[in-house]
Amino acid sequence: MTKSGSHIAAIAAFLVGLAACGGSSTPAAQTDVGVTSNSILLGNTIAQSGPAAAYGTIANAELAYFTYINNTQGGVNGRKINFKILDDGYNPANTVTLTKQLVEQDQVFAMFSGLGTQDQTAVRDYLNSKKVPQLFVATGATTFMADYGKPSTADSSIKWNYSIGWQPPYQGEARIYAKDVLANHAGAKIGVLYQNDDYGQDYLKGLKDGLGSNASMIVDSESYDVTAASTVAQLVKLKASGADTLFLFTTPGFTIPALVTVTKLGWAPAIYLNSVSNPQVYMGIAKANGAALKNVTSVGYIKDPTDPQWASDSGMQLYKTVIANCTTCNVNDGFNIYGAAVAWTMVDVLKQAGSNMTRANVVSIATSGLNETNNPFLLPGVVVKTTSSDHFPITQEQVITWNGTGWTLQGSLIDERGTIK
Amino acid sequence: MLQRIRNSPPRYWLVVVVILFFIGLPTVIGSFQASEWAQVLILAIAIMGLNILVGYSGQISLGHGAFMAIGAYASAILVHKYKMDYLVTIPIAGLLTGMIGFLFGVPALRLSALYLALATFALAVVTPSLIKRPAELTGGVQGIILPPIDPPPLASDAFTAVTGTAMTSDQWIYYVTLAFALVLFWLAWNLVRHRAGRAMRAIRDGEVAAAASGVNIAGYKTLAFGISALYAGIAGSLFGLAVGFVSPDTFPVALSIQLLVGTVVGGLASIPGPLIGAIFAYFLPIESNQWVPTQTWIPSQIASTVEKAGPAVTYGVVLILIMIFAPNGVVGLITAGYARLRRRLRGAADRDSGQMPPDPQTG
Repeated sequence: MTKSGSHIAAIAAFLVGLAACGGSSTPAAQTDVGVTSNSILLGNTIAQSGPAAAYGTIANAELAYFTYINNTQGGVNGRKINFKILDDGYNPANTVTLTKQLVEQDQVFAMFSGLGTQDQTAVRDYLNSKKVPQLFVATGATTFMADYGKPSTADSSIKWNYSIGWQPPYQGEARIYAKDVLANHAGAKIGVLYQNDDYGQDYLKGLKDGLGSNASMIVDSESYDVTAASTVAQLVKLKASGADTLFLFTTPGFTIPALVTVTKLGWAPAIYLNSVSNPQVYMGIAKANGAALKNVTSVGYIKDPTDPQWASDSGMQLYKTVIANCTTCNVNDGFNIYGAAVAWTMVDVLKQAGSNMTRANVVSIATSGLNETNNPFLLPGVVVKTTSSDHFPITQEQVITWNGTGWTLQGSLIDERGTIK
Repeated sequence: MLQRIRNSPPRYWLVVVVILFFIGLPTVIGSFQASEWAQVLILAIAIMGLNILVGYSGQISLGHGAFMAIGAYASAILVHKYKMDYLVTIPIAGLLTGMIGFLFGVPALRLSALYLALATFALAVVTPSLIKRPAELTGGVQGIILPPIDPPPLASDAFTAVTGTAMTSDQWIYYVTLAFALVLFWLAWNLVRHRAGRAMRAIRDGEVAAAASGVNIAGYKTLAFGISALYAGIAGSLFGLAVGFVSPDTFPVALSIQLLVGTVVGGLASIPGPLIGAIFAYFLPIESNQWVPTQTWIPSQIASTVEKAGPAVTYGVVLILIMIFAPNGVVGLITAGYARLRRRLRGAADRDSGQMPPDPQTG
């Protein structure tokens, strides 16, 4: 027995090893849980380990912005912002436990910028039933904007009044691609490679809706699971379908090899690449591995830290000052300026709340009273806006094309406000 | 009867103390901690199932996360689609998973240890993808959100009478889980001490010898797989109800590995082992992930590696330490320590009389 026992233990140890590699103060002032006379506590769950660990830097960049605000302005209205980040490893079950820990044990005022569609969906009912704000979730899943205020599908007594997203919805982005295709490649035969989850399906739906009566331009769509090893088989099929325009609704880990594979197959389609994996850093890796990167189109709404046109921009200089507070953050990583931008909106909301620092007031500002025209990290002209009837904070994006070393802005901002129901 | 109680071995008293501890625990800790301990008990049930398979019958499974997924989805679909009472769905989910495990066991027992490990590993890898396909039934990639569970008035009143505070959903789930854990541990304890358990251990220790003694090898191996899957199914069902959400990503391959590590750490072929293994498997990654970054003496290089790789690193380190210093798991360590202590207390007289310390393997 000891022998077979140690055998099993050895196998377990090996597998673990394998995984490790992979792997205010006025009399009328009101406050709520998590707010003291000199502090506000926000909580966050994000993947800092596991398959989606690349996103983990977002929370660090957010913390860097809060640190900057605490150090230079003494916080918001005399209250320093404390930010507790917990790693959920992109597993919704962990998100549930850690969110309960932050709410019940750490007594956070609000959850801010939690990442992952499944993960944040898993805690939406819990947070809304406890009336804890779930602010600016880091996912473009349309449901976090479109379904604001609706009753939960599991328990109609719970209303989704305390949740709101921030970034442009995936469907809106896909609609912009549809417009661009119809304008510039009217006779295109479209092949789509998408990740088989809510994120990929959201993009595909947006593309079909955007093409409308021209949806038959899509000659083939192929999916893959997050657990897949490669997408070569799907790309071979897409090429064989005769498609001359390829849409990649894929996360960075799949996008890079897909771009390389397309070139190796001797295929030169026009490529539309979703914004989720367009940071210049990833394009550079694809190029280094042999991807031709000809005729690649994407969209952006945040200033790209690697774009020389922003070198003397005051927002970009502020970003560089902010990110210096984070020793592990790569200044060129597009995810970090995303973090700074969403943290900027959070601070803006807290400033507006002023002395009325209650959960209900903060949520009402975030979901129905936002009108930010001066977020320094977003492209000029991008407005962060919510009203009592519109809960899509950002809906403008601009088409960008790859110039061999970086992205070039094309045309002007395209606004998809009101098109997604 | 009194005589029997007086003569019962000390470990029986320990069992009573442990049960009382778990019954009283939620009255002294907060609702959040109760939800954590409910997760521990859920893991303990799954690990108990795995222990029957690995520890007692000598087969291996790297796919028990998949059986948990089947159990969780069975319960979630019955509650969500067919509006069935959640308590009723738990045994149904267990039986269904047990049946699937039994059927899986039929071809599986033709495989030897390494190939069986691979076959079950494949099951763990493929299940999350398979769950996504019938989106109508399983909610596809979005998963299924379950309504919160309210404690029944009777339990709620009793809890309020003791603690003075209202019973939360998490505390009620804790007690439901505890009830299932007690029954399942008692069943396992009975199983391994009777005919089937002896047969399984005989197969583990020597298949040829067991066959020669008339043990139905194929039958008992499949049975072990079925029972083991049943435990995982009930654990999965409770897991889904406790979390209030099931999705394919909730059951990654890492969960199967977590279960196996828990089994090995707690101690193979032991009844208290799974409980200790579960406490370890649940708290260690959470605590280490939150503790390591706060420690300034740990070189930042190592700390950031631990952060990036997550629980796997801590699991690895502890598993290696356990293999070196306590190959029979924590329970083996305690039993050996206890035997040594008693021997010292009694002096050398026992050794002279030829009385041997109990074998930690079967104790």
